[in-house]
Parts: sequence; structure tokens; C-alpha cells
Amino acid sequence: MLRPYVAVLGARYREVLQYRSAALANSVVQLFWGGIRLMVLGAFFASANADPPMAFAAVVAYIWLGQAFFGLLPYSLDPDIQRKFLEGNVAWELLRPVNLYAFWYARTFAHRVADTTIRMLPLLFVALWVLPWVGLDAWALKPPPSLASGVAFAAALFGMAALATAVTMLFQTTLFWLVSGRGLQACMYGLISLFSGLLVPLPLLPQWLQPVLYWQPFRGLGDTPFRIYSGDIAAWAAPFEIALQLGWTAVFVATGYAVLSRGRERLVIQGG
Amino acid sequence: MPQITVRQLEKVFRVAERQPGFWGAVRSLAHRRYREVKALHGVDFDIEPGELVGYIGPNGAGKSTTIKILSGILTPSGGECQVAGLSPWRDRARHVARIGVVFGQRSQLWWDLPVIESFDLLRDIYATPTKQHSRTQEELADLLDLEPLFDVPVRQLSLGQRARCDLAASLLHRPDILFLDEPTIGLDAPSRLAVRQFIRRQNKENGVTVLLTSHDMGDIEALCERVMVINDGTLLLDGPMDSLRSPRYRERRVVVEFEEGETLSAEHRALAEGDDARAEFRVAENAAAFVAELSARYRIRDLIVEHPPIEEIVRDLYRSARG
Repeated sequence: MLRPYVAVLGARYREVLQYRSAALANSVVQLFWGGIRLMVLGAFFASANADPPMAFAAVVAYIWLGQAFFGLLPYSLDPDIQRKFLEGNVAWELLRPVNLYAFWYARTFAHRVADTTIRMLPLLFVALWVLPWVGLDAWALKPPPSLASGVAFAAALFGMAALATAVTMLFQTTLFWLVSGRGLQACMYGLISLFSGLLVPLPLLPQWLQPVLYWQPFRGLGDTPFRIYSGDIAAWAAPFEIALQLGWTAVFVATGYAVLSRGRERLVIQGG
Repeated sequence: MPQITVRQLEKVFRVAERQPGFWGAVRSLAHRRYREVKALHGVDFDIEPGELVGYIGPNGAGKSTTIKILSGILTPSGGECQVAGLSPWRDRARHVARIGVVFGQRSQLWWDLPVIESFDLLRDIYATPTKQHSRTQEELADLLDLEPLFDVPVRQLSLGQRARCDLAASLLHRPDILFLDEPTIGLDAPSRLAVRQFIRRQNKENGVTVLLTSHDMGDIEALCERVMVINDGTLLLDGPMDSLRSPRYRERRVVVEFEEGETLSAEHRALAEGDDARAEFRVAENAAAFVAELSARYRIRDLIVEHPPIEEIVRDLYRSARG
């Protein structure tokens, strides 16, 4: 039953791994930006009058994890699927005896995860070990406070990848109408950066916005796993948070599935 | 019982019309005008199991549209069609597991992966038992001489190599029915012959039903006993190969380049278009004898024998149908 989907996941993994050096270069950029963001937030914390809504150590973890798992965020569409739309090779995908949505989901998931597994390693290495070693302990990433937090974080991280893939899939299905995904990608960038917490950790945004921020779908793309990691969201509260994340994933999957079926009906393949 | 039935098949495409110029572009943002293009109107045919049918027609006649509908990629605007008891677009997933498709201009292989990995993926996607898969793969590799290509990433293959790999890929799951849309396009002569021979064997030895489109009459003539001609979305003719009896069809165009110093005899000059260096002959019957005659008489540098283009055949069919 699952064999085709697992196979395509593996293949996509091998394809992405061919572009290792690009991923490593990216990791250096992430490290640099992480440092800058930390310094800016550190300056704010140092001059804060009121009690900040989040411990500084939690903010440090939030920033480093954001940089490490940046690649999971649905900023880009699967280049392979985009190319298929442009060149009209979507046809081939319909010639396979598989569910098209699940097929692409597996592939996009692999694209997200494969990229990130390479990028995160050097960054985590620096944040966890190099920084304390050179005496910058206050800026270093600490391990999770308890085993329970660690396990919950792993689950939430998986949820993050699943949600990000579902969001990417929804954007991808609009290619049936738009042909090019560039304009959409530009819009997604701002929206997701803000609402996932990648721009500024969500708890640091104004108090009156918090209820909105809590219930919106993109929180699961960063805020949820990162705060579970640092214990800012306690381990006992994590299952509910993860359920919320998976609930939103289900909503995006259902919408994407419906849009894909609509798109398939109106598909036109030109030429040849 | 026919394996494939097509009844009153219709397909209409809606094409957005662009107005020319800058203001035209601005205006069409707010107000799109569409034009309807009828790619197919009312196509009917049946194909029995084990048949090898040629499907020809000029560019834009509806060949590819028919194939895309039969393979479940496009939804028709009207009419019915059944392939081995299934509706290609309603039962897509079950239908495509039993057919093999080649679009000559596109590749179904994974661009960045070696050929063998694409084949492995197809095995998993079609959930073919491993044993059966390796047996089929071995057979196909043997017939199409693929062994040396297995470890090459698809992006590095030449067109002919890729075409052979694509053909193999479409057969790995052992389909009973093959839809081949221009499988020989852009291939050099040896690859073209290899592909033809392979298609013939699949049909004769394994009883695979084949529907084949080609722009090259040579392919059709070499392979098919039955031919369907389509033009402007309707079938003009459906019958045995012999029914293309128009004199035009049997005619061959012989283009000859002579060595320097040759002069054509008066008799040949009357037949030829061109001069003593390069001449074109239209030969109604028995081109082989004519070529033999020429080469016995003159020193020839180069020689091509061409089939009449499909467009001309279709034009003739039209004329004879109108009487």
C-alpha cells in the first residue's frame, strides 16, 4: 500500500543530496543571521523595563532552532513539481497508478526534510558545542530541560514538517491555475515569517495579538516546537499543542486535496 | 469483444485570446475573451486485443488529444470510451496500472537519477513483484541494449538512448496495452529501426495491443496492418493499410546528388526537377528499380528516398472523398 510513496520519498532524498555544497553554504548564511538576530534581541532584553514574557535562554533556543530548521518552512515550492507544470510533464504523474496528492506529498515532504537534514548539522554543532567552548555560553543552545520535553519536541518537529508540507502542497496545487509560482512565493514569505515566529518569537509580540497568534495555523511552523524544546511550553501541555498542529495539518491536507481534484479536471496539456 | 471502444468522443479546449499591444494586455486582465477550439468532434473506433493500429494525421489533427484521453490524462468534453472495461478518467488509478504510454517528446524518467534508479522506482510505484520486475528488466535491457546506460543519470543520455530507456520504462509493469505517441521522433535511423523492431515483437510475441501515432509514414507502413487517419478532429479513414490506395501514397520522392561531370539523359531530364548536380524525381511505382537504374547509369554522390508527407496523403484522401 505505502510502497510507492516510501520509494518516491527515498528517491527525492537521493536527488536532493546531490546538491550538498549548496546546502552547506546555506548553513553558513543561517549561522550568520542567527547571530545578528540574537544580538538585536539581546539588546532589547538588556534594556527592557518590564519583565519580558519569555526567558532569554528560551529566546536563544527559539532563534537557533529557527535557523536550523529554516528549510522546513514552506517558503519554496518543490522545484521538481514546478518544472513539471512548466514543461507539461504533469501528464506523467497522472499515468501512475497512485493517488496524486499522496504521491506529491511524499515527494515534497522528502524535499523539505532532505534539505534540512544537511543544513541543520553544522549549525547545531556550532550552537550546541562551539559557542560554550569559546566562552559564549549565554548565547549557546542548551539541551531540552527534560527527557519528556525532548521527546515532545521530536514529535512537534515531525508535526512541523507535516504541516509545512501540507501548506506547500496547497500552494503547489494553485500551479494548475497560475503556471508560475514566483508571485505566490513572495507573498508567502512575509506572511509565514511573521506568523510562524521566524521573524520575532511570537510571545514577544503585543499582548492583544496573542489570542489571534495562538489559534492561527502557522504557529505550528516554528513557535510550537521551539517553545516545547526550551520548556517554555511545559512537557505536560505539549500533547495538546501537537494535536492543534496536526489538526491544522489535516485542514490543509483536506483543502489541498480538494483543490487538486478540481485542478486535475481542468488540466490541459499543450503541444506534442 | 473489442478491448478499446471509443464512441462520439469530443474534446473542446477553451483558449484565452490575447489582444495585441500594451492596452490589449491591460484590457484582457479585466475582461478575458475565450475562443473555443474543437480538438475532437465525434470520433468512433474499436480496437481488438492484439491489434497494432497506426493513427496518423497532420499536426493539430487530434491524435495526441485522443491518446491523452485514452490514457486517462485528459477528461473529454463529451462521448464515451472504455479501455478493457474501465473508463480511463473515472477509474484512472486502476486503468493506468494496465497500460503503458510513451510520449516521444517527453521523458518519464527521473531527470537527476541514474536510469536504473528510475526503473527501481517504477517497480515500487507499480508494486511489481521484484522477481517479475528483474526478469522483465533483463529482457528489455537485452532487446534495447540498455545495460551500459543503467548507471548514467538521465540528464546525460542522448535523445536516442533516452527514447530506448523510455520505451523500456513504459513496459516494465507488463501492460497489455501500449499507447505510443510519436515514439520515434527525433531518432536517428538505427535507433528508429531498433524501436520499430521492438514494437513489432511486443505485439507479435506478447500479444500487446498497440496504438501508435507517428509523423513518419515509414513507421506506420513497417508496423501496422490497420490505419486510422484523423483530420480536424474527425476520422477520415479507418481500415487496412491497403486502403491508403491513393497513387500519391505509393509515390516516392527520390533526391539524387550526382558526382561532378555527370549529365542526365534526355529521358531522365524530362522526369527531373533540378539540374545535373542535384535532381528530384517523383516515382509512382517501384522506386527500388528506379534507383538501381540511376546508379547503373551515373556516378552518384548521395541519394535519399522519401515517403510522401502525411499532409499530402490527407489532402488526397480529402479530395477523393469529395469525389
